[in-house]
Amino acid sequence: MTAYLGDVAALARKDLRLELRARDTLPAMALFVVATLVVFHFALPAGASEDAAYGLLWVALVFTALLGLGRAWTPESEAGALDGLVLATSDRSAIWLGKALATLAFLLAAEVVALPAFALFFAPLDGPALLGVLLASVGICAVGSLVSAMAAAARGREVLLPLLFLPLAIPLVVGGVGSSISPEPGAYLAFLGLYDAVFAILSWAAFEYVVTE
Amino acid sequence: MSITRPSLSALAALAVALAAASVLMIFFIAPEDADQGLSQKIFYVHVPIALTAYACFGLGAWKALRLLLTRGERYDLESYTGIHQGTIFGALTLVTGSIWAKASWGVWWTWSSNQLVLFLVLFLFYCAYFMLRFSIEPGPQRERISAVYALFGVALIPVSFFAIRLASDFIHPTVFTRAGPQMTGSMFAAFCTSWAAITLLAYVMYRTELAGKRTDVNLRELREALAR
Amino acid sequence: MAEPIVRAAGLEKRYGLRPVLRDVSFELEPGGALVVTGPNGAGKSTLLRLIGGLAAPSRGSLEIRTERRKVGFLGHEPLVYRELTALENLDLYGRLYRVPERRERIGMLLERFGLWEARHQRISSYSRGMTQRLALCRALLHEPDLVVLDEPHSSLDDEGLTLLDAELGTLAAAGKTLVVATHDPGRVASLATAHIDLERA
Repeated sequence: MTAYLGDVAALARKDLRLELRARDTLPAMALFVVATLVVFHFALPAGASEDAAYGLLWVALVFTALLGLGRAWTPESEAGALDGLVLATSDRSAIWLGKALATLAFLLAAEVVALPAFALFFAPLDGPALLGVLLASVGICAVGSLVSAMAAAARGREVLLPLLFLPLAIPLVVGGVGSSISPEPGAYLAFLGLYDAVFAILSWAAFEYVVTE
Repeated sequence: MSITRPSLSALAALAVALAAASVLMIFFIAPEDADQGLSQKIFYVHVPIALTAYACFGLGAWKALRLLLTRGERYDLESYTGIHQGTIFGALTLVTGSIWAKASWGVWWTWSSNQLVLFLVLFLFYCAYFMLRFSIEPGPQRERISAVYALFGVALIPVSFFAIRLASDFIHPTVFTRAGPQMTGSMFAAFCTSWAAITLLAYVMYRTELAGKRTDVNLRELREALAR
Repeated sequence: MAEPIVRAAGLEKRYGLRPVLRDVSFELEPGGALVVTGPNGAGKSTLLRLIGGLAAPSRGSLEIRTERRKVGFLGHEPLVYRELTALENLDLYGRLYRVPERRERIGMLLERFGLWEARHQRISSYSRGMTQRLALCRALLHEPDLVVLDEPHSSLDDEGLTLLDAELGTLAAAGKTLVVATHDPGRVASLATAHIDLERA
């Protein structure tokens, strides 16, 4: 177990190190989400409710995540490193978990920029809303890392990834928006937890089959 | 054809007979609905089609699981055909649901029907299945990735259902209330006949498409072998 | 003959309907060296990927009597991260393979293949020859029993070729089993105990 977690940590560290060197994905995500929020200001008509703004926050988050997910497996495809990891790891699911954790770190970092910007431009965010963002981010990265690996094996992966990811992201948007605007966010937060559990376990178990023959 | 296993043509004939019987029952035996009138009759077609779509997706996922666990060659085509049939019936669910909405409430679409919204999400998901499948070179990787995606689909069905319930609870409060039809004896009989007909039809379509695809594969294999 | 470490019978590999390998059979005893030759497109790389454990046969059987992670593989691609340094790449693989005394082993391999001075440089700054040498380090890092090399001599300069030939000799002398695909069978003729020549399927 500790060896497995050690593998996961080493793999996640590798991704963080790569991003620290290249510094292209994270700034892009942060800039993208702020730009999107500004676009949304202009897209919302004058009398729009606050609730509508929360809905748009979630659209912004999902598409920002897509930006990051699209590049998640690029380092592995450059020089065939994914094959190397498949050969070297005793449990291939560690590859998925390491990648999901690193992607989560990037998404959370982008949200550190996005959420204050949202609160500044549109409306305040309370405890349940923030917890909803956290839970949904976990789900996004869990499912997104797997689905991104599938797309990486296909032609036209940039176009394919959103098509694969968006239907799976719909429940997360529901949970997230609900936790932001409902006076009883408990049900929505519980639902997000359920989604995370179901799809994290599914992704963890299925990854082996996606990267091996 | 073995004696114990009915031939495909026999099943097809039975499906047609059942369909004819169900049409008769729907229009002549089942009572007309007090509120919705004749348009309510589409329920006898819409709901079985939806149930059949679920069954097809379930079949596709089951075959996908078999593929991953046993690496059997046949399961890839069977899973694909199941998903394909499910998508066809899913599209029909949306169409019949839309017709029903128009007939009942005068709108071609409503977000208040949880069933309809669920099918929209699933339809998007399974359309992406085909995009995914045909973007990957044929081979074991394509089979496995398709299978994993098919499994994600059946996980998505209940999760989406809950999500849509939650959404309609608060985000989109229901404007139209529609109690599920309480079925009397004759209505129930008509429903079951229709359901049997549609399920059998789906099975016949599944077997037919699978046989066609298998023949395709065999033909191409023969061609390859002859070319060498 | 001792129990063969690799046994292939009627091996077939196809992608969809496109056959790449047809009816390949051989046995390789432990400590032996199999040389695989054939024109481009004959399936050498595919066969090596099957032996290395990166692909599964479509038909036929392939028995490999050693643990998956005791196999070392050198393919057409180096299987490294371009924006990490040589040391960082090997350290990651060393952890995943649970190499004992990782640092020492990495240092030893880098020195043996003449990369010690360049250990802190990113692979993106390496020449093709240096990258190939690093890939060799990665393939040998975990002291594999079965070493599968797909055209290992390509991209190497004279010094690299000398180092590689010396390494192959050392491996053979230590009783490791080798599988080498090459366009230049003469180079490995002295080591070879078995030979397969593939035709286009």
